Amino acid sequence: MLPVLASQSDDIGTKIGINGYGSFKLFGYRFWITSTHIALLILVIAITVLAILANRVIRKSDPYGKPGICMTIIETIVSFIDNTTMSNMGEKHGGKFRNYIGTLLLFIFFSNISGVFGLRPPTADYGVTFGLAMITFFLIHINGFKYQKMKHITGLFDPIPLTPINIIGEISTPISMSLRLFGNVLCGTVIMGLLYNLLPQFLLILWPGALHVYFDLFSGAIQAYVFTMLTMVFISKNFDE
Amino acid sequence: MDGIFNKEFVQGCSALGAGIAMIAGLGPGIGQGIAAGQGAAAVGRNPGARGTVMGTMILGQAIAETTGLYSLIVAILLIFVNPWA
Repeated sequence: MLPVLASQSDDIGTKIGINGYGSFKLFGYRFWITSTHIALLILVIAITVLAILANRVIRKSDPYGKPGICMTIIETIVSFIDNTTMSNMGEKHGGKFRNYIGTLLLFIFFSNISGVFGLRPPTADYGVTFGLAMITFFLIHINGFKYQKMKHITGLFDPIPLTPINIIGEISTPISMSLRLFGNVLCGTVIMGLLYNLLPQFLLILWPGALHVYFDLFSGAIQAYVFTMLTMVFISKNFDE
Repeated sequence: MDGIFNKEFVQGCSALGAGIAMIAGLGPGIGQGIAAGQGAAAVGRNPGARGTVMGTMILGQAIAETTGLYSLIVAILLIFVNPWA
């Protein structure tokens, strides 16, 4: 939980910060159930329900007839994911990664826009974004060892004087990726929280919707796209040669 | 920090530091402006490649935004999770 700016604004910190709803002890440590966990649970259930509905729509659709509205939307999403993976990772390797990339894109997109639905976005918690970035980090290096064998290690020492810079560059990749996503979403959350808590109620009619469109929808979609794009670029730089 | 235990003083200095940290917003602003200008020029020269130019421009701008976000995180840390205030 974030400590608060000053004592007279005690309620603002609990609204824009991460709230704990209960705790339990395990192995001598105290673990908190926070708003991030609850938002993640709601989000996972929502995405699962949407996926099951999409599956039903696909199964019921007639391949020779006219596609309905839902079918068109699903086809657009799937072909967008297919096209981006194929064009960024190549025809040969793109097919293996499109499941993961699609999952990542949908998950980050839905968690970024969940501020619209009144949840605190789970990606505004550094634990979530750092976990996502660590998955990318391990994918980069597992694929590096798989396709380049020992060259992946010797490449670090390529010009010998630059070895520390190469190592720092490898380590800073997940940190910069996670901080970019975290900072963007946290920025929107903090600004919307300050707006809703500091302005009087009668001024907050209709126009905050425009800010929601920018901070939650636009920024969230762009950051989800950027995160998946960087994941694809970093993984696929191990494929060539 | 021998004599300075005054909470208000530390909070005031943290707020000033957060404001100074956000000066770093200048750099990404200039960089994103340059990227948008070049993108507009590219679309003007080759209107057919609008989608590709747009995607590349937005990706580059989002990456250029990173340094600004670092300063934002420093400012937010100074204000909300300051260990001394």
